[in-house]
Amino acid sequence: MKDIIRASVAVIVVSALLLYINSQLGKTSGSTGSDTITVYNWGEYLDPELLNQFTEETGIRVIYETFDSNEAMMTKVEQGGTSYDVAMPSEYMIEKMKEDDLLIPLDHSKIPNLKNIDPYFLDLPFDPGNEYSVPYFWGTVGIAFNPDLLGKDFDFTSWEDLWSPELRQQVILVDSAREVIGMGLNSLGYSLNSTDEAELDAASAKLDELTPNVKAIIGDEIVEMMRRNEAAIALTWSGQALDMMYINESIDFAVPEEGSNLWFDNMIIPKTAANVDGAHQFINFMLDAEVAAQNADWVGYSTPNAAGLELMDPEVTGDERFYPDEEIRERLEVYRNLGPEMTGEYNERFLRFKMGMN
Amino acid sequence: MQNKSTKALYLIPYGAWILLFVVAPIALVVYYSLFDIHGDFTFSNYKAFFSSVYLELTLSSFWYAFLITLFSLLISYPTAYFLTKTKHKQLWLLLIIIPSWINLLLKTYAFIGIFGQYGPINAFFAAIGIGSTQLLFTDFSFIFVSVYIFIPFMILPIFNAIDRLNPALIDASRDLGASPWTTFRRVILPLTMNGVKSGIQVTFIPALSLFMITRLIAGNKVITLGTAIEQQFLVTQNWGMGSTIAVFLILFMFIIMLFTGQKEKGGASVGKTK
Repeated sequence: MKDIIRASVAVIVVSALLLYINSQLGKTSGSTGSDTITVYNWGEYLDPELLNQFTEETGIRVIYETFDSNEAMMTKVEQGGTSYDVAMPSEYMIEKMKEDDLLIPLDHSKIPNLKNIDPYFLDLPFDPGNEYSVPYFWGTVGIAFNPDLLGKDFDFTSWEDLWSPELRQQVILVDSAREVIGMGLNSLGYSLNSTDEAELDAASAKLDELTPNVKAIIGDEIVEMMRRNEAAIALTWSGQALDMMYINESIDFAVPEEGSNLWFDNMIIPKTAANVDGAHQFINFMLDAEVAAQNADWVGYSTPNAAGLELMDPEVTGDERFYPDEEIRERLEVYRNLGPEMTGEYNERFLRFKMGMN
Repeated sequence: MQNKSTKALYLIPYGAWILLFVVAPIALVVYYSLFDIHGDFTFSNYKAFFSSVYLELTLSSFWYAFLITLFSLLISYPTAYFLTKTKHKQLWLLLIIIPSWINLLLKTYAFIGIFGQYGPINAFFAAIGIGSTQLLFTDFSFIFVSVYIFIPFMILPIFNAIDRLNPALIDASRDLGASPWTTFRRVILPLTMNGVKSGIQVTFIPALSLFMITRLIAGNKVITLGTAIEQQFLVTQNWGMGSTIAVFLILFMFIIMLFTGQKEKGGASVGKTK
């Protein structure tokens, strides 16, 4: 009899423990009061020193957590149980969160530093009038390549270069449906937000022709591979390319002329925020010229902060590869939220492309 | 008076455990699989599974799982056999098992370095004049690493089965004039079949849903059902479709268990005399 009770108790204890752990995990962002805020950001995407500086200036303590995909971030906000006060999703995700009513409108009177932002990055189609979001960093999608490892001279001014027969088994693609399908669409001159079946079919067919050149489709491991000369060409984001260049100086980066993706990560206040006032203070702080400059130096991506830009090393800010001028930017496109069906379709096409590799 | 009611009482903890941690999760997966992306009740996910993409995916998953199991078995059976013949067999066995205590991800990352363009294998190839070859992101490297990871799980049950084999039966077979090959085929193999079946189970089923190695070692050139589930949940956020694939994976597992299930034929023919 005792055994039975003991075993039953064990089952109940395990269940209770799991429930407890679950609730604890849910509220790691925990006790956001008036003197703390919780910031939810991508990994390696904010100079930690600035968090201390913010606490010194305002007395608000910052709890800092990171995510690795827009979708993971949204799932956590959507399911509740968290109290993130500021998060930094990408533009298409903001469109989606807006539709799902997951954002709190910003009070512009509490963000005077908004004036520091280059007007080019304000009032964009995904958030007219910056009602919900303020730009944080921006960048492009392009080709990182190592001329030392390539026999022939390539400058990758055109996506078409990737299809060259000389590049057999040389190209690494990033494991992300929108980037790869988008490249297929761009290489044919279509919009990377296309929802036209015929255009998508053409892009899929075009991508299938690329398979002999594809070495692998991987995630963040790309950076290490390029740094160690394991790979010569990679389809990647501008900031990742910069990470590679810090270590391996032979690497170059190009954004092909047919067009590519221009992306923005933005600061928003999710519906679940507990300290909305503190969140505004934090956003305003991050927009300060000196703070933005220091942060951009640390992170490496391009800052939309015009006042901060002036404080930075002109050699960095003058680099056309990472701060392309407006003429080049005109050719680039911002992702739109495609809706669940089209997102599914893009992913299915990507899956089919991957399966065609073998 | 140890009657039925006490027996039933003993079943309560077991029943509660099964209900909470086996039945409930599976029921949830089945439940989710019946809703589409808008949260409407539908069977369309099941219809979608029978479209060409997912069927092809299933076939290729099975093919790779089959290859991984086959090579694991080809290496494990002789290894287990010779292990039982060694003097300190438990020690040798332990040495083979120990690597499986190391985190899977760590081992996988190690292979990225080993197979790399500048890794030791390519350095060796260069030294003997073959020249460096692309090893990473090939079918070969994928199967090699997977086999390496599954071998300890395959060896263990086979080792136990061979170890339990009564040596008198082999002697008898020889005395009656059977050649070594016949002895193996007619005596040793049938009597250790249960170990082989368990080994196949613990290799084939996880191999069906490998997904991390497919990316890190095969560069996503090999796609398994596991990859598809991960994508549906994390990227597409189509939990319905992800659950549907998971339901089929569970079904496949049941079928495999059915085929490799142990038939209780009484211990006398297998075990050493007790």
